[in-house]
Amino acid sequence: MISIKQVSFSYGDNPVLRQINLSVGEGEVVALLGPNGSGKTTLIKLVSGVLRPATGDIHLNGSILGRMKRRQVAQRVAVVPQQFSMPFAFTLREVVLLGRTPFHSIFSDEGERDHSVVQQAMEHVGIASLKERFFNELSGGERQKAILAMALAQEPRILLLDEPTAHLDINHQVEILDLVRRLNREQGVTVIGVMHDLNMAALYFERLILLKEGSIFADGTPEEVLTAETIEEVFSASVQVTRHPFTNTPHVVVVPGQTLPR
Amino acid sequence: MFARLRQNRRLLILLALGALLLLCMLIAVSLGAVSISPLNIIKMVLDKTGLFHFTATWQPSDETILFLIRLPRVVAGALVGAALASAGVLFQGMLRNPMADPYIIGTSAGAAFGATIAMMLPVSVAFLSFGLVPIAAFFGALGAVLLVYNLAKVGGKTPIVSMLLAGFAVSAMLTAVVFLMVTLSGRQGFLQNVYSFLMGSISVTGWTQIALIAPLIIGGIIAARFLAFRLNALSLGEEGAAYLGIDVEREKILILALGSLLTAAAVSISGLVGFVGLVVPHAVRLVLGPDHRLLLPAAALSGGAFLVLADLFARTVLAPSEIPIGILTAIIGAPFFIYLLRHTRREYAF
Repeated sequence: MISIKQVSFSYGDNPVLRQINLSVGEGEVVALLGPNGSGKTTLIKLVSGVLRPATGDIHLNGSILGRMKRRQVAQRVAVVPQQFSMPFAFTLREVVLLGRTPFHSIFSDEGERDHSVVQQAMEHVGIASLKERFFNELSGGERQKAILAMALAQEPRILLLDEPTAHLDINHQVEILDLVRRLNREQGVTVIGVMHDLNMAALYFERLILLKEGSIFADGTPEEVLTAETIEEVFSASVQVTRHPFTNTPHVVVVPGQTLPR
Repeated sequence: MFARLRQNRRLLILLALGALLLLCMLIAVSLGAVSISPLNIIKMVLDKTGLFHFTATWQPSDETILFLIRLPRVVAGALVGAALASAGVLFQGMLRNPMADPYIIGTSAGAAFGATIAMMLPVSVAFLSFGLVPIAAFFGALGAVLLVYNLAKVGGKTPIVSMLLAGFAVSAMLTAVVFLMVTLSGRQGFLQNVYSFLMGSISVTGWTQIALIAPLIIGGIIAARFLAFRLNALSLGEEGAAYLGIDVEREKILILALGSLLTAAAVSISGLVGFVGLVVPHAVRLVLGPDHRLLLPAAALSGGAFLVLADLFARTVLAPSEIPIGILTAIIGAPFFIYLLRHTRREYAF
């Protein structure tokens, strides 16, 4: 259970989030949507605890995030960023093992339990056969799966995704998002993901939160949030909303050559 | 089972490298103007421990050469090599940059700057003035590395080019100031000392300096080994490491302080010996992989062996004259550095 109360944040003089109030229950699957610069990634970083809110508090199961140790937070919350750069030739297995870092101490840094968790995480994501390959030699999709496996190795109760499918081919996008849904269904992991693709968000997320200029503009089911008026207002784009032929969820289509004045 | 297998593999590799280091030390101790047979060396050392007794099959002069001249120098070489290689691993891991080396990024010059100031202070109490050198070298090293790090940082990253430029500028500046201080001091004999200090040469007289430096270096390496899993996490970058629960700012300070301590301890008995912290970790990483839990102790042992051999070469190849060891490591290391600069871009994908 995450509750965000009156949270504001700015980079220097540049306000990014204004007075955000939001609460996400256990087991929810929430997408954060909005134009570039609307504060989605910043919100993810605040919930992961690597950034501290300028004002307001974030509560994680009742405790104030800012008062918890980084290590304690990382035992509950895992983040999958867009991409990691890796300067050294670690193997995939070694990268996934890094997910166990929050459970290590200076006297014990690799035990049987770490190994079984890492093996399970790789099998879950379907990359166990690649475990001795070098991380840097994997394809973009395989690397993203490895990073997801690393996050799973943290055994998180909350999974934060920052555009997990940003640079991926469509088959990998579907694979990653299917995996995330399965995790949520089977293990009850709470998921908050920044998404760019409105249609993917409508297909895979039950609750959509639309940010505009650092404030929450809309919050609800895909049906409630993805209306032509809302999208035109937030993205300044001319769109029409139809239905997905198989799932009947809202489906946003654009018309070439039509943009709205900002 | 897998965890134990991997740990056993690590232990075996480290034992083998430890044996290699001892072998290199044995060879280095036995060779010189007067050669002493390795068997006699082993007997003399065991005899000295008081646990064993051998009838002397050696000259009394051999014993003097062994315990007062050669062994201290070889032990000092092993310590310096281990310290510089470990400092290289620490800086490379923290900066996520395989080009970082205490010499290249200015840490050594900072240590030399601090050490020179300490040597010039008119402190008459002998033990105090000797104790001041490593302390001043430590603060010099720490100051230089913080300066270079902050100069080189561009938008939260330390790109190779800006780090090399900042390191070069800070090194050049500090070395120039050292020479200026020495010249202005007007002390004749001092210039010669500082010159050989900046060229790098292992100069120990007896065991007192080693007794002071060895705990710093061995303690520093053990402390660094405890940080190894966090160095692994830091390879993901500061943000990635923070997601894994690392307190990045605190960890960076610890790593920089340990790296500076190791560099300063090495510099205070050897002067500026360059490229050891570059060549050794790089070679070890190629063979054993980048996992710092193995890389760090393995680089320390290999660095010790490397410098013992380099020092043996430096003092025997043109005997009776000696090549400063810093010149030797630069002759080996600088071309290697240029090679890396031209070839590893792709491999390390920045």
